[in-house]
Amino acid sequence: MADFLNTGLGTVVLIALECLLFTIILFVSLAFLMYADRKIWAAVQQRKGPNVVGVFGLLQSFADFIKYIAKEIVVPSGADKVVFFLAPMISFVLALIAWVVIPFNDGWVIANMNVAILYVFAMSSLEVYGVIMGGWASNSKYPFLGSLRSAAQMISYEVSIGLIIIGVVISTGSMNFSDIVEAQRGHFGLLNWYWLPHLPMVFLFLISAHAETNRPPFDLPEAESELVAGYQVEYSSTPFLLYMMGELIAIVLMCALMSILFFGGWLSPIPGLPDGILWLIAKMGFFFFIFSMTKAIVPRYRYDQLMRIGWKVFLPMSLGWVVLVAFLAKFGVLGGFWARWAIGG
Amino acid sequence: MTAVDFTFLLFSITLICGGLFTVISRSPVHSVLWLILAFLSGAGLMVLLGAEFVAMLLIIVYVGAVAVLFLFVVMMLDVDFAVLRAEMAKSLPLALVIALVLVIQLVMVFGNWQTGAGVVMNDLPNSVGAGPHNTASIGLLLYDKYFLLFQLAGLILLVSMIGAIVLTLRHRRDIKRQDILAQMYRDPVKALDMHDIKPGQGL
Repeated sequence: MADFLNTGLGTVVLIALECLLFTIILFVSLAFLMYADRKIWAAVQQRKGPNVVGVFGLLQSFADFIKYIAKEIVVPSGADKVVFFLAPMISFVLALIAWVVIPFNDGWVIANMNVAILYVFAMSSLEVYGVIMGGWASNSKYPFLGSLRSAAQMISYEVSIGLIIIGVVISTGSMNFSDIVEAQRGHFGLLNWYWLPHLPMVFLFLISAHAETNRPPFDLPEAESELVAGYQVEYSSTPFLLYMMGELIAIVLMCALMSILFFGGWLSPIPGLPDGILWLIAKMGFFFFIFSMTKAIVPRYRYDQLMRIGWKVFLPMSLGWVVLVAFLAKFGVLGGFWARWAIGG
Repeated sequence: MTAVDFTFLLFSITLICGGLFTVISRSPVHSVLWLILAFLSGAGLMVLLGAEFVAMLLIIVYVGAVAVLFLFVVMMLDVDFAVLRAEMAKSLPLALVIALVLVIQLVMVFGNWQTGAGVVMNDLPNSVGAGPHNTASIGLLLYDKYFLLFQLAGLILLVSMIGAIVLTLRHRRDIKRQDILAQMYRDPVKALDMHDIKPGQGL
């Protein structure tokens, strides 16, 4: 068995099995995250939320899943059929494959890349194609307008996310996620994590993550008061499910990035307690809770305000922060508080 | 056939198909989509060579930004491609001559290709030797050895960016503009006027 795993085919089979296992775990947790999202939203609005299917409505997402699969797929006449079906698949697959570089514990990662952070960034910049292609292939006005908005929004906020990530990379001296987490290890538990040296960027990243994943208050691509449902108008059944799941996977990925970049990944917040995957899951759950609460409390932005805040506020701030961090790291201010190059080299 | 050979074949065949369909595809939007596929396969080949930093840059810059721009332009422009194709047929002889010249140049270059001592050709898994990985190497080269040239390149880009902004900037005085600060500092007390209206009387 061990000999087989060292051959070329064995490695391929092993990686395929790892991916399959991870995908199943992710899908099952997505079902419950969707349920949690709806329950939190309902609780804020003093409703009950889903409570019919299963105990406390726990099986609601599975019922929805069967419904989506069983419905008829409607293709608009005049749609470019190949691109029409390709678009949701691209959206879904790209959101999923970004996960291969995310470490869940020391060494628990499918592909331990040197440029992991660039890979995630590249995949999230590709996600814009799912939206543009979907809007264009629908051959209808609302989807097209929605996709244009969405593309502009995603590209704008990628710029600031990229610059924020550069600050963290400067501090670590490595683009590998495991190195970034290890650089946050220290004697003071949660005070060693990057949220303290990079405090302003934590908020910027959280807000940019909302805009990047088209979550409320920045869900303008699908603003129902103006565009019906944006680029998703013509989609029904399974293609729509793919879009929705792709969006949710991207949100959970942003929660994971938040936890890994600024909140120590799998490290324990209190010195002395053992590190482990449970800490990472708890942190991701916390950030997902913030995403849900934002959806419930914050009113929707206007589109020109969104663009203004992206280009005129976030971009100069994050750019200035990169320059500042470069200086702070180079001159070792506060005993190398911003420069933890012992790990990354 | 090892896994690396298989991946190499996969990426190169996709790259060639992507390039071919970029040229022959009828709809311009499909052309751009095939071009994106070609870019992605190129990035895959670079990962295979061990140049993962360049591969990621290729995806982020070309696919994530430049190709999006192409796609937007192609979607917005109302170009009649039948007319364009008829135009192309006229200049086909010239295009063939240029292609021939390029092929001859490539043959001349690769005919004289000599591998350095100790380099094994077709050794894809070990194409990059031991040492600092390529992100660090590129960083060292750009920021230490070629620091001045790098800064000069940045300066040229800055000048061209300012030039593009100056060329497209037009100050129009006859339109209304938003004053964001005035909007933000608007006070509800001053903006709202509350009246307690008695029934049947009106304001």
